[in-house]
Amino acid sequence: MLEIKCPYCGKRSQNEFSYGGDATIKRPQLGDEISTEDWDNFVYYRDNPRGKHSELWHHVSGCRQWFKVSRDTATHEIFDTCKMNEDFNV
Amino acid sequence: MSNSFRTTNSTGLINKDKKINFTFNGTIYHGYEGDTLASALIANGVHLVGRSFKYHRPRGFLGVGVEEPNAMVQLHDGNKSEPNIIATEVELVEGLKAKSQNCWPSVQFDIGEINNVLNRFFPAGFYYKTFMWPKSFWMKIYEPFIRKAAGMGKAPLLPDPDRYEHNYEHCDVLVVGSGPSGLASALAAAKNGARVILAEDKPNFGGSLLTDEVTIGNMSGKEWASDTISQLKSMPNVILKKRSQVFGYYDHNMTVMIERVSDHIENPSKYTPRQRLHYIRAGEVIVSTGSIERPISFGNNDRPGIVLASAAKEYMKVYETLVGKKPIIFTNNDTAYSTALEFIKNDIEPIIVDTRDSSNGELVKEVQQKGISIKFNSGIADTKGHLKINSAIIGKLDSSKESFISEETVECDCICMSGGWTPTVHLSSQAGNKLKFNDDIDAFVPDKKRQKETAIGAANGSFTLNQSLAEGFQVGFDLSNKFTDQNNPTNSPNSNEPSYEKHEKLWCMPLPSGKKPKRFIDFQNDVAVSDVELAIREGFRSIEHVKRYTTLGMAGDQGKTSNLNGLQYVSKIEKKIVPEVGHTTFRPPYTPVTIGAIVGREVGNHYLPTRKSPIHTWHEENNAVFVAAGLWQRPRYYPRGSEDMNSAVNREAANVRKNVGICDVTTLGKIDIKGPDAPEFLNRVYTNAWLKLPVGKARYGVMLREDGMVFDDGTTSRLSENHFHMTTTTAQAANVLSHLEYYLQVVWPDLDVNVLSTTEQWSGIAVAGPKSRDLLSKLFPDVDMSNEGLPFMGLVDSSIDGIKARIYRISFSGELAYEVNVESNYGLYIWKKIMEEGQSFDIQPYGTEALSTLRIEMGHVAGAELDGRTIPFDVGLNSMVSQKKDFIGKRSLSKDAFTESDRQTIVGLVPLDKKTKIPEGSHIIEDNSAVAPIPKLGHVSSSCWSVEYNNPFSIAIIKDGKNKIGKNLYAVSPLKDISIPVEVVSSHYVDPEGTRVRS
Ligand SMILES: [Zn+2]
Repeated sequence: MLEIKCPYCGKRSQNEFSYGGDATIKRPQLGDEISTEDWDNFVYYRDNPRGKHSELWHHVSGCRQWFKVSRDTATHEIFDTCKMNEDFNV
Repeated sequence: MSNSFRTTNSTGLINKDKKINFTFNGTIYHGYEGDTLASALIANGVHLVGRSFKYHRPRGFLGVGVEEPNAMVQLHDGNKSEPNIIATEVELVEGLKAKSQNCWPSVQFDIGEINNVLNRFFPAGFYYKTFMWPKSFWMKIYEPFIRKAAGMGKAPLLPDPDRYEHNYEHCDVLVVGSGPSGLASALAAAKNGARVILAEDKPNFGGSLLTDEVTIGNMSGKEWASDTISQLKSMPNVILKKRSQVFGYYDHNMTVMIERVSDHIENPSKYTPRQRLHYIRAGEVIVSTGSIERPISFGNNDRPGIVLASAAKEYMKVYETLVGKKPIIFTNNDTAYSTALEFIKNDIEPIIVDTRDSSNGELVKEVQQKGISIKFNSGIADTKGHLKINSAIIGKLDSSKESFISEETVECDCICMSGGWTPTVHLSSQAGNKLKFNDDIDAFVPDKKRQKETAIGAANGSFTLNQSLAEGFQVGFDLSNKFTDQNNPTNSPNSNEPSYEKHEKLWCMPLPSGKKPKRFIDFQNDVAVSDVELAIREGFRSIEHVKRYTTLGMAGDQGKTSNLNGLQYVSKIEKKIVPEVGHTTFRPPYTPVTIGAIVGREVGNHYLPTRKSPIHTWHEENNAVFVAAGLWQRPRYYPRGSEDMNSAVNREAANVRKNVGICDVTTLGKIDIKGPDAPEFLNRVYTNAWLKLPVGKARYGVMLREDGMVFDDGTTSRLSENHFHMTTTTAQAANVLSHLEYYLQVVWPDLDVNVLSTTEQWSGIAVAGPKSRDLLSKLFPDVDMSNEGLPFMGLVDSSIDGIKARIYRISFSGELAYEVNVESNYGLYIWKKIMEEGQSFDIQPYGTEALSTLRIEMGHVAGAELDGRTIPFDVGLNSMVSQKKDFIGKRSLSKDAFTESDRQTIVGLVPLDKKTKIPEGSHIIEDNSAVAPIPKLGHVSSSCWSVEYNNPFSIAIIKDGKNKIGKNLYAVSPLKDISIPVEVVSSHYVDPEGTRVRS
């Protein structure tokens, strides 16, 4: 079980959190004309890297904040976590 | 012959003043306090404990602790029965009952032993080869056969009556194993101020210090261990845990430890758990798990009475028990000589067989000085004795040690073998440590760590006491220094132990001349040298493949005694060095863990939390039958007298259509939404328009996922300019909240909106039916309940008896209906009040079944239709989709697949005979006489008995649904083997114009 540092609450066990996928995905602007390809890339296509991955987690059984985690998908090492409006230090 | 295999000394750890009676295979024996089931049986001369997995060969004890591969027994009976328990790990307790497993009719005479005679038909990979084809044989013939033949223990069929607990711990340093290095590191870390947990699997701390003749400082090893434990006990920053096995090492230094709390207590108090599972998140883990002795492969090396030399020593020294009185010591190294000396101390002269040409080790010399001659350059070729060893064939090895020059038969009643030592690296390996091969000790040791884990002592390949202690004190200090600023190192005391000469790299004896007895490598999985040879001959090269093909090192044992001998043999055949062969991965659990401990207290009603509405007690008192809706318990129906479910549901639903019904809808998700951007936010979340919803009005809304599928629906109302009250379905309440938070925090952080779940703050009561207006007018005389005063989708605040109530005019049943919301604590009061006033209007409560009937008849969609595979168009919600604005998921709706004209869409179905209920999940097909594969048009999502028309009615989602209305099709359920002719009708079966809700 991972130990994740919520930027608001501190270190907590993984079972307090839920995973929210790739943090680098940007939703297209509302009202914009969007090509099918761009839309599919947003909705369906995800990289599946072995190694460093920037991802979203939600502290569901805690402060209910979404935040960013930089994690190695192979070793589970967590390099850094930060609030949504912040950038990773590492 | 009771306890005739006891030694006469009393230097061990058993208490001969306290007799303990126990039963094994129906016979009553006695042992003493401090015995294990294994030591007590051996003391009674019982070695035969079970039959082997594949060949049903008689097997006895090999080891003395967790390494034991053979002696698995079934403990207790009835609901306490527990299979696959290692007898060496069971502490004797009065009245203990154990029996052999994997044998029938008895361990002495076992039918399955014929497998041994036929063993040439049971080679490695036998199951794979034999039970492959034809595929259709698998379920009915092969699997039952394998299950019957391949015994192991039997899982109990009754619920486990014992109590298990879970505990979460944090510490700076977790030390696993309390041998010399473990004690040293725990002491050093604790003295330096770190929070330490020391875990020991056995009932006594000390590890090898309990059996080795060594001195530390001015004390014996045993005394030093007990002195160190006393010191640790007195320190408030230390937790000592014996009978506790750390069996798993997971990510981020999460380890899991099982503690046997009361297995060894005769009458534990009622609330004492049997076992406790500890989740320990440790800053640093010190792996001081020691090492396990390696067996040697030779002909028939699995007979009862053939044990590890170290086990024989521990039985003598700790349990005052002799594994035999005519022992042969068979070794490739010096350590087994300490076992020989222990026999000599007990006035027994062992025969010593050593594969080496000579040794000048201190213990070897000591043995020789006692006048014992040693058969150097010799090995055991074969053994005899059916249920217990009675003789061994000892051979003189030739210079290449590939064959025997001469052989002699020697009588014996046990063989104590030693192939050297294997560091117990399981936890390090589980932690992700890349092991490296150490040529000096011919074994893998931890190398590159991935987590905060440090192996020390024998587990690290440091086999001398001096080294172990030095490493322990140093590592304990260094690691604890990461957590404290005391900088207080503890010096390692001087120690003394005999010096040892090198072992010989020989773990498999040649075959005796003219014979091919099985030479076992893995006792638990019945894997012999010939199986490994076969696997390689058949082309399995990767060690992982050899493992799976032969089953070497698998299952509960995890290769504790077999792993390296297997690798060594593969490397020998392949003519590769062991590190090139590599090693397989060790997996948790290190030792078998009972399911009860893993589950802990999360059983029965504690499996999940139960959510009850504030009105729950009323439902109970009024004969409600409950149904689980997620975590909620909801009334399903309220049977009267001898009513069955169908008649109760029909009565409740019909009463709503005719009079008035009351339904507890507290479980619906409720979310409070506030902020200046709240209307804009709702406008983006829902498919329909929200900006112009007037204050005091409710609106039905549908929300999609980004892929265009309907996510949830519900009614949301505007309480003030920037304040909304959203309702969700019961099932999706939590997901919708997360969804809203995601968009507010991640996607549109610029929107100034706050959301908060208020599900548990409000109690909701639906009052539905043509008489609902009259009833509510009576309850709320101040409110104008007329169609103009409170129109459909209106809301008004009022009160009853000073209790604030909000009344929504919304309807799920399709009837004129209201929903009264009050603060949760008043839910029951208001419910009772409505029931009381409702008597004169023939009010009846209705449950979730009638609720479903009412909505199905009306063609209102719910979870069965909104199943994550339908877009609004599919379920008749086109009118809910705004063309003017963008919203979550809108772009997906214009994708090609979503705009095809013949998509599966919602329709109603009525059976032609107007009698047969259509099972939910039935397939819809056009031609009943067609041959498979028959094209499927769709499926039935919801079914009910229409109380309006008094015949069955279903909702289905079928291809090109709109154009199928009026046609006859078939609903087929292959599961129930029925086929029902149906007519396709509109899904709005009752009141399609929706006049009642607006009346
Ligand atoms: Zn948090």
